[in-house]
Amino acid sequence: MPDSASLEKSPGLDKWISIGKDGRVLIHTGKVDIGQRISTALALIAAEELDVDISRIDIARTETGIDPDEGITSGSNSMEEAGNAVRAASATARRHLLSLAADSLGVDVSTLEISDGLIQSRGTNLSVTYEELADDQPFGIDVDPEALVKDPASYGIIGKPTVTLGLTEIVTGQPHFVQDMKMPGMLHARVVRPPHYKARLAALDDAVAERTSNSGCQLVRDGSFLAVASEDEFSAVKAAERLRENADWDLGEGLEPQDVFRRLVSNERVSLPVVDGLPQKEPVEPLKPAPDSAVSTLNARYEKPYLMHGSIGPSAAVALAEDDKLTIWSHSQGVYVLRASLSEALGMEMEDLTIHHVPGSGCYGHNGADDAAVDAALIALAIPGKPILLKWTREDEHAWEPYASCMAMDLTASIDDGGKVVAWSQETYSDTFGMRPRPEPGGAGPARLLPMQYRENGVTPLVPKPNMARHSGLHRNLDPLYTFENKRLVKNLVRDLPLRTSALRTLGAFANVFAIESFMDELAEEAGIDPVTFRMNHLEDQRAKDVLRAAADKLGWGDPVPDGRGRGIAFAQYKNIQAYAAVAVELEVNDKAEVVMHRVALAGDAGQIVDHAGLTAQYEGGFLQAASWTLYEEVTYDQTGITSRDWETYPILRFDNIPEIDTVLIDQPNEGFLGAGEGVSGPTAGAIANAVYNAAGLRLRRMPFTPDAIRAAAME
Amino acid sequence: MAKISLKVNGETHEVDCDPATPLIYVLRNQLDLVGAKLGCGLEQCGACAVLVDGEHTLSCVRAASEFDRAEITTVEGLAKSGQPSAVQRAFIEEGAAQCGYCTAGLVIAATALLEKNPKPDDAEIREALDEHLCRCGSHLRVLKAIDRVVQGGGNA
Repeated sequence: MPDSASLEKSPGLDKWISIGKDGRVLIHTGKVDIGQRISTALALIAAEELDVDISRIDIARTETGIDPDEGITSGSNSMEEAGNAVRAASATARRHLLSLAADSLGVDVSTLEISDGLIQSRGTNLSVTYEELADDQPFGIDVDPEALVKDPASYGIIGKPTVTLGLTEIVTGQPHFVQDMKMPGMLHARVVRPPHYKARLAALDDAVAERTSNSGCQLVRDGSFLAVASEDEFSAVKAAERLRENADWDLGEGLEPQDVFRRLVSNERVSLPVVDGLPQKEPVEPLKPAPDSAVSTLNARYEKPYLMHGSIGPSAAVALAEDDKLTIWSHSQGVYVLRASLSEALGMEMEDLTIHHVPGSGCYGHNGADDAAVDAALIALAIPGKPILLKWTREDEHAWEPYASCMAMDLTASIDDGGKVVAWSQETYSDTFGMRPRPEPGGAGPARLLPMQYRENGVTPLVPKPNMARHSGLHRNLDPLYTFENKRLVKNLVRDLPLRTSALRTLGAFANVFAIESFMDELAEEAGIDPVTFRMNHLEDQRAKDVLRAAADKLGWGDPVPDGRGRGIAFAQYKNIQAYAAVAVELEVNDKAEVVMHRVALAGDAGQIVDHAGLTAQYEGGFLQAASWTLYEEVTYDQTGITSRDWETYPILRFDNIPEIDTVLIDQPNEGFLGAGEGVSGPTAGAIANAVYNAAGLRLRRMPFTPDAIRAAAME
Repeated sequence: MAKISLKVNGETHEVDCDPATPLIYVLRNQLDLVGAKLGCGLEQCGACAVLVDGEHTLSCVRAASEFDRAEITTVEGLAKSGQPSAVQRAFIEEGAAQCGYCTAGLVIAATALLEKNPKPDDAEIREALDEHLCRCGSHLRVLKAIDRVVQGGGNA
């Protein structure tokens, strides 16, 4: 198997697998299920390698100190990290149990066969079960990363349909989410946020404070961090509203209202060249004149506004401070890094902090989960001995979550007389995507936790460093997979932008691929070459070509297009090393200037497929979410703060614009897993932009493609 | 505080609460029925939907006291003798959820529709789901799940 950071950190087999007396197999992982069905995929892998029916497999919810530390559930890395680790652990356990069985039964290991955890010696009536062999004792051995895994041709479980773990509980309304937790003596809490980032609590009227306690609510105040807690949830809701209205807020200068797209390209910035996906600590070379072979040179700027995660359930957490220890139940995607950050922020020892992962509403990155955990912790420390269920409101989530940065992409390219790209330049401008919790030298870590900025003597905001990792941050998928001569790629980390930003599904890749794939169509048109052929001419990787072809064929690329409709296609390989995805769209721009999606073909290659339905859902869901970003979404604000504070002011995709979607997945049973959760997002925006152009002759270069944007483009 | 009487999933409960308390808090906190989810508190997302006398109803704003004498059914009440309803089974079979936070509301909306109209067309299905938001992009699976019930006779 590939090198495994997961196994290096947690080499012991007992960290990964335990077999109960009842024969149930418990799989431990540091990757959390956020709706992407990682637990179902891990259960399938374990069931297959262990030869145990999947109904006997449980996946533990990650708890710090107990389960393996696998960093953050992010970057579409879970199958490559946890998937491979659980596969190696299961294969190690199987081999170890067979060896124990051979000793126990007094037979040669080659005579043994396993069926649903029952080991039998061929031609005898000798048998022993996994649970008898395990005998409730630890394995006491390390995972062998090279343990022989099954030949996919012999699979009995992977490849068969399976019910998603947890789905029955969800559909029947059983407690599942952190918001559903109930503990004896629990108090419901709400935080009272200032009107905007820069506002601070100047004073709180004594009469209002008194009314709060008279209504059975406890008031927690630490500088500008203000919260209420009550046995009755509705009392806490009302008290928080009253406090928000009656508190005296110092509004300061407010948010900087100037056009953010102008600021993106004019503010102070850190500029770094990017080579092979990797930022270089070198000066940026100026754009060179087009090479002699160029017959045409195009340039264009593409833009994307701030986007929000927009989780349907506002963030929440439960916290309990007791006996100098703090326990938190959170839907954070990185319970270990959150624990380390909290340890630093609160000055508590790591071993006095425990964080349990409990599912929340779909997050797609760094939403309010971690900050809600900190809120709950601060309230719990102020009211020790009582479990605190802290919920953000819809407005808290919309106005305070860390957004995906607005971005601008400047592209310039030249083609020769054969329609070949002979020079390519892209500069991407963006704020950071890297503000997840993380301890940092010099005490900078607490600045990553929103509530810490509002406490008495609050920490000062962090000025982020450029992310230097390959295909990460704002330069993710800045480097196209296409073979271009004379590539010039630049990342610009822009300072002093007005809104709080961090990781949202795909980081910079969504906008970078939108720009690349839109520009590819502009170049193809300039060259007079069909967009599919133009892309094929610049691709060498056969798997990439196969995926592009599959999407084109599935949509019927080249067949007559129905009147009034247009088609568009786009492609990318996530980070140029993970899942391949191509998107082909047929849509119309109707007489109300709305984009109506009719038919969509998605094609993907994510290596070996474990859970076909789960992978299909990742492609379909990734498409629909990215279509929502592309067509509808933009965080709005003015000097008084965020103005998109609910679903009316921040509209998203609804059931009236859901197209038919055909998904073609190319299985590669003998290849490794390729992370797939984010692959389709960028191509989605490119394909929609290209289809709008094909349908209406309008080249839209700034998202979202709302009726207003379409009318404005038509007027130009 | 006031005493109100609520009939939920066939059982009558006497509840002490501020009569202005939105129904969802009473269901979740006092009756331990956590199927309906608090999503917005603004009647904008559909996560809190329940059936009231068979009608699709949002529970996050309207006061519990308004529902005195009404027959309330939450997603927990759709299962019969411990078996998921046809709509619930179809959602499971089609994998019509990712994170699942919006799912209970969608199951309620589909049930309300099919109880009235066992053979809805595509436009009627989409209309019935129009108030409901899903962020993971499970929409197509949800439409397929409802279609599966319709194809099976439309008995919710």
